Amino acid sequence: MMLLTRKAEFSAAHYYWVEGWSEEQNLRAFGKCANRNGHGHNYTLEVTVAGEVDPVSGFVVDLKALKEIMEREVVGAWDHRHLNLEVPEFKTALPTTENIAIAAWKRLEGKIPGAKLQRVRVYEMPDLFADYMGEA
Amino acid sequence: MAAPIAHLGRRYHFAASHRLHCDAYDDARNREVYGKCNNPHGHGHNYTVEVLVSGPVDATTGMVCDLVELDEFASKNMLAIFDHMNLNTLPNFANRVPTTENLCIEIYRIFKKGFHAANVDRVKVEETGKNSFEYADD
Repeated sequence: MMLLTRKAEFSAAHYYWVEGWSEEQNLRAFGKCANRNGHGHNYTLEVTVAGEVDPVSGFVVDLKALKEIMEREVVGAWDHRHLNLEVPEFKTALPTTENIAIAAWKRLEGKIPGAKLQRVRVYEMPDLFADYMGEA
Repeated sequence: MAAPIAHLGRRYHFAASHRLHCDAYDDARNREVYGKCNNPHGHGHNYTVEVLVSGPVDATTGMVCDLVELDEFASKNMLAIFDHMNLNTLPNFANRVPTTENLCIEIYRIFKKGFHAANVDRVKVEETGKNSFEYADD
């Protein structure tokens, strides 16, 4: 079995705010991320797929197809968008790094021909990332 | 439906000095085993520590744990102890050579023992851009 990881980048805006909480609660929980004018990041998406190496092509997965799927399903939908205001997944869940990884997983799962989705890693910045592997 | 389990990785940086020297070896053997790292005056590194924690994503906050809490724990219990210190002089390494393997184990134990807001999966320590070590209690 082989693991293959492909990276892509997108830039987006977000903020953290729970509607049912007071302003004080939100500021205490989320600090500067609670600024409702939003702020932004350059996100890095890392998609890891698992599969057998094809004895003829030597590939685990069609790299071009994987790139196109990541572009169509995730990057094209989120790049240069405001995650809270424009992305349906985040109408009901805060666009934290954890939830972004889960949402990317759900967008990609079952769509990669010939390989299994193993892990989605989202870097919000070089020193902070979240991994989701489909666990519940 | 059960809450999805996510893993959160956070990287921290500190600078410290060390000398690799084992009292059970004679000087020649120390030089042979540790090479330039046995220099009696010590040397230093910019260490990068990557801590991976996991847990169910809270349905309200969307988080595995409070990042501020994790940062405060790291600052108080790791950075305050190791940053700009000579590792050989610390009680943590009174009986162990401060190799990056042992440093990695020590940092893992510090988080495992004291940080309970999420499960501590593993700790990775990068000694230089070329060397890194991981420990996960196995």
